[in-house]
Amino acid sequence: MEYGQTRQLRQVHTYDTVIVGAGGAGMRAAIEAAPRCRTAVLSKLYPTRSHTGAAQGGMAAALANVEEDNWEWHTFDTIKGGDYLVDQDAAEILAKEAIDSVLDLEKMGLPFNRTPDGTIDQRRFGGHSRDHGEAPVRRSCYAADRTGHMILQTLYQNCLKLGVEFFDEYYVLDQLLTEVGGVRHSAGVVAYRLATGELHVFRAKSVIYASGGCGKFFKVTSNAHTLTGDGQAAVYRRGLPLEDMEFFQFHPTGIWRMGILLTEGARGEGGILRNTHGERFMEKYAPVMKDLASRDVVSRAIYTEIREGRGCGPEGDHVYLDLTHLPHEQLDAKLPDITEFARTYLGIEPYTDPIPIQPTAHYAMGGIPTTVHGEVLADNTAVVPGLYAAGEVACVSVHGANRLGTNSLLDINVFGRRAGLAAAAYAATAALPELPEDPAGWVERRIEGLREATGSERVAVLRAELQETLDANVMVFRTEQTIGAALAKLAELRGRYAEVSVQDKGRRFNTDLLEAVELGNLLELAEVMAACALARRESRGGHYREDFPHRDDVHFMRHSMAYREVAADGTESVRIDYKPVVQTRYQPMERTY
Amino acid sequence: MATAAPDPGAAQPDAVPVSPSPGANLMAVTFRIRRFDPEAAAEAFWQDFRVEIDPKERVLDALHSIKGEQDGSLTFRRSCAHGICGSDAMRINGRNRLACKALVKDLSPQRPVVVEPLKGLTVLKDLVVDMEPFFQAYRDMLPFLVTSGNEPTRERLQSPAQRARFDDTTKCILCAACTSSCPVFWNDGQYFGPAAIVGAHRFIFDSRDEAGERRLEILNDNHGVWRCRTIFNCTDACPRGIQVTKAIQEVKQALVTRRL
Repeated sequence: MEYGQTRQLRQVHTYDTVIVGAGGAGMRAAIEAAPRCRTAVLSKLYPTRSHTGAAQGGMAAALANVEEDNWEWHTFDTIKGGDYLVDQDAAEILAKEAIDSVLDLEKMGLPFNRTPDGTIDQRRFGGHSRDHGEAPVRRSCYAADRTGHMILQTLYQNCLKLGVEFFDEYYVLDQLLTEVGGVRHSAGVVAYRLATGELHVFRAKSVIYASGGCGKFFKVTSNAHTLTGDGQAAVYRRGLPLEDMEFFQFHPTGIWRMGILLTEGARGEGGILRNTHGERFMEKYAPVMKDLASRDVVSRAIYTEIREGRGCGPEGDHVYLDLTHLPHEQLDAKLPDITEFARTYLGIEPYTDPIPIQPTAHYAMGGIPTTVHGEVLADNTAVVPGLYAAGEVACVSVHGANRLGTNSLLDINVFGRRAGLAAAAYAATAALPELPEDPAGWVERRIEGLREATGSERVAVLRAELQETLDANVMVFRTEQTIGAALAKLAELRGRYAEVSVQDKGRRFNTDLLEAVELGNLLELAEVMAACALARRESRGGHYREDFPHRDDVHFMRHSMAYREVAADGTESVRIDYKPVVQTRYQPMERTY
Repeated sequence: MATAAPDPGAAQPDAVPVSPSPGANLMAVTFRIRRFDPEAAAEAFWQDFRVEIDPKERVLDALHSIKGEQDGSLTFRRSCAHGICGSDAMRINGRNRLACKALVKDLSPQRPVVVEPLKGLTVLKDLVVDMEPFFQAYRDMLPFLVTSGNEPTRERLQSPAQRARFDDTTKCILCAACTSSCPVFWNDGQYFGPAAIVGAHRFIFDSRDEAGERRLEILNDNHGVWRCRTIFNCTDACPRGIQVTKAIQEVKQALVTRRL
């Protein structure tokens, strides 16, 4: 019997804290949790493969090493950048703790670029300004254009130093919840071991999700193939909410058609965006910050140029990132990786030729709602005891409707650390929760169901249709009509997903099966994103509705909270509720750059 | 369509269209892939797949199209798809490369493009190898900053020149392309291999670090740097352009002179 066989192979592990994901947030959490309690880190990849490593430009902190700066200016920029949907108490924590976060990384060994006097060097980045928008400020601490790579390496190295226990290539498929006195507690997770196909139950007092984003539901994206929203989907399916999922960031400078990221640091170093007439078009849209306006503003400007016929190339479907006026030595020292990307993938020499770019789906501002301690919310106020989240999978919310560049490497360090501390503190006093009955049953049925399915639909086909529909309908510009079209297509795709079968029926390294599971997660989250986008009848940050082109603070100065509802007949729907924004000292103002 | 091929140079299968990007010039290319699934058969074999592909696309794109449209059981690791995560190192036309950085047009695609798993590491399935010995060698190098005394209040100071001293080896993404291209590693599984030495170099020459001597002692071992025969395969294989052989030579020199 197939089922019996799997059951025999099942293993149960017990830990104080289990961390799901080994990118920046997960490993930063592990560095706090592992010395304090028995900790395991589960990752579907080897830790150094995580997508934190692809971050390029830097990590914001008001160190004031090269010019006057302070954390209050950084707080303001973060709130304004997020179009006032940011929870202001959380933004203040982010900006204040940024300074120690960067210094901690330096002490762990991170090789930051240096100023002539040996301190950490800093450069300009989009949306970061001196004195509340007066002019760009040098706030981004960086290591060439591989800051994320150096953060990932440094955190991994420090995990090795501490002897952190890793379970590499373990894919978490389900969140276990146990009801104690009418309150749902986290009881652990169920993971599928890729190498063998075994199911492993991890029973733990606290669980931290740090499993990253879900950008792979778009076609043109900077995201890795593995960013499939596994953590978000696992908690959402268990009835927990997702916050602000309609807010997705489109980074202005992806390599044309491929979506590979070219850092905003390129513009921080003096790079300029140009249309087909060679005009520096950002002067029209953002007279002060120009090419360094916040990302949503720049991405809309690029598509406006393209729509109005000023795009480049025979099809007029891109614009140029021009670095040709910058000294070669500066490009070699500060932007070596992205100039190499242009050479490798486009055959273009950035010393002499401008680089064709287009906006690329980059970052989910929304995710699993948490408190400033990383505690996961079950509704607008109550936490789920023992459950934590940090990094892109989470929504604190420090990014609001649009994240500033360099604030995500910061987010994973500040809130990864906080979640690690909070989870360890909780584990120190909490009792080990009972596992629910048949803890791996749901995963087993899902896995074996997919393995045995004989339907005619193919994962690659459905995924391509999903990506094309979201690119066409729910990207930089949205309307009720386009979102409606996406929702209709998603309903069709979810119906067809029930007919998906995999060709690989084996147990070892069955990536065919894994991709089928990932597609299910993407379809579920795409529907949440589209439903929230339809309900938000205003434009704010990364969410732009052409049919409602203005911000509407009266009706929509609030976070979306999406819940999965299952009707008596089994049909699923997205129920949308709202949560107030935390405001402290900043009143919403018109957002100009 | 896929066909079994006993060895490179045999089959001429039919072309199967893949979804082309608009305006692309498609070309029919044969990918000759080393297959191994221990659950199905004890022996590895070659299999040819023919795909219609824009030659400007990556080998990884071809592998995805084969997996998606021809044979879902084709197994390989990948993640970022632009040469920064290090998941998809493999042997392509006899040379170690990242599948996401190897463009089809640069691989003489008129002839079959031969794709195999990395050499010197146990093959688990198709193009997936056991990375554990590779990571163990890296872990053996104390690959983390070691300091003593009280932590400074602010950052440790380091001049741009001191920082530049080890810049090259900070680029390593632990993809194993270098180590698994090294003939010494193929023949001596105990040799730490180039990547581990690169990992040690990154800290030995960091002005903030205090464990250089300990790492040099580890590398003075008979499976350490002295096994390097300066073949330069590692330097050629590195997808990050690290001067691997030079880094190994610098470690050897530091051992001789004991001067960091």
